[in-house]
Amino acid sequence: MSGFLALLSRDLRLVWRRPGDVAVVLAFFIVATVLFPLGIGPAANILARIAAGVLWCTALFASMLSLDRLFAADYEDGSLDLLLLAPWPLELAALAKCAAHWIVTGLPLAVLAPLLGVTFGLPPGALVALAATLLVGTPTLSLIGGLAAALTLGARRGGALLALLALPLCVPTLIFGASAIETLMTGEDLLAHIAILAALALVALATTPWAMAAALRQAGE
Amino acid sequence: MADLHFLANPARFRRFSQRVLPGLTLATVLSFAVGLYLALLQSPPDYQQGETVRIMFVHVPSAWLSMAGYALLAVLGASLLVWRHPLAALMARATAPVGACFALVCLLTGSLWGRPMWGTYWVWDARLTSMLLLFFLYLGHIALSRAYDDPDRGDRAAAILALVGVINLPIIKFSVDWWNTLHQPASITRLDAPAIHPAILMPLLWMAGSFLLLFIVLVLVRTETEIDRRRLEIADQSA
Repeated sequence: MSGFLALLSRDLRLVWRRPGDVAVVLAFFIVATVLFPLGIGPAANILARIAAGVLWCTALFASMLSLDRLFAADYEDGSLDLLLLAPWPLELAALAKCAAHWIVTGLPLAVLAPLLGVTFGLPPGALVALAATLLVGTPTLSLIGGLAAALTLGARRGGALLALLALPLCVPTLIFGASAIETLMTGEDLLAHIAILAALALVALATTPWAMAAALRQAGE
Repeated sequence: MADLHFLANPARFRRFSQRVLPGLTLATVLSFAVGLYLALLQSPPDYQQGETVRIMFVHVPSAWLSMAGYALLAVLGASLLVWRHPLAALMARATAPVGACFALVCLLTGSLWGRPMWGTYWVWDARLTSMLLLFFLYLGHIALSRAYDDPDRGDRAAAILALVGVINLPIIKFSVDWWNTLHQPASITRLDAPAIHPAILMPLLWMAGSFLLLFIVLVLVRTETEIDRRRLEIADQSA
């Protein structure tokens, strides 16, 4: 566990010293989201209808955008070899990297999304629901994306390949995340959607670390 | 399993496949000749759909085989990661594009069938969408296995992906079903026809058998090609 916390705090410190990397991802999220009203038109009823889907999709893209460097820096400077040799499980190290990624992208995205939701004319209840679903759903994106990042480590065309691998696997989270906002209009139970998102996150938490560790091991060979 | 281990040696596999391929190929051709006769000429047109029902004889077997192909990829991936079978990697490399082609044939014929039946080439029906996502999973597998300069790394990364994909497929299927029923209930798309009449079911099963034979022949030929290609690469490197 101490190794987990050490790696997590190291990754967070690295980000803290170069905050530009995170700022670019968040800026991409804002700019990409703002393009939708410009492309579709300012009709308020249409924007409120598509807001949840648009914000979820752009959050998904933004979180993919930052993932291709998740293991790449460690792979290039040799830290990954040390992690492979470390006396504690590689699964835990992979999990620590994903946790750090979630803290610096998933969390800010969940905070920013309601602010952007206001510009789409979402009612206050929907804004809270949007933040809640992103909070519960983005860990899954970080874990699945982390797996794709580990699989594409050292591959040609890594970034685009990462998105091709991760996006189909993220479909369930996207579907339940975006449809949760609609429950406020249809009168369904919002908590049920959040519970399913949490279930997807737990399944990802239970399975992806093993696959990530297997991918990292064969990358280190 | 003992038999499968016997075939894990590429040279032995090659001798085996060269012995069975001519017979299998002939069986495939004959089976298709009979199957196409049954499907296109012998079987009656549907009382509602008319002649377009014959698209089903290509569409449904393709769908079955594209799903079976992904299951095969997962089995091959597991045996590569667990037993490090050298043949499993080559066969997975050979299987993925075949499975992707069957998925594409299923999507295209389905779209051609949908135009006269539903009045549109594409609807975001749960089944269509999950087949499309299966096609994307195939594309990811193909791209990943060929993305490395070292083919062994690509094989093993793709094997992990196939295993993760096969765990995820039921979840994706479930979520897409949910998504569709949420968005458009009582859809016009009723692919699950009421009990199929034997006059149509028999040619369908025959065609499914022919497609299975075709699938096996294609995978065997492509695996042989992969073995040859790998040999040439090694010869190049050592020369």
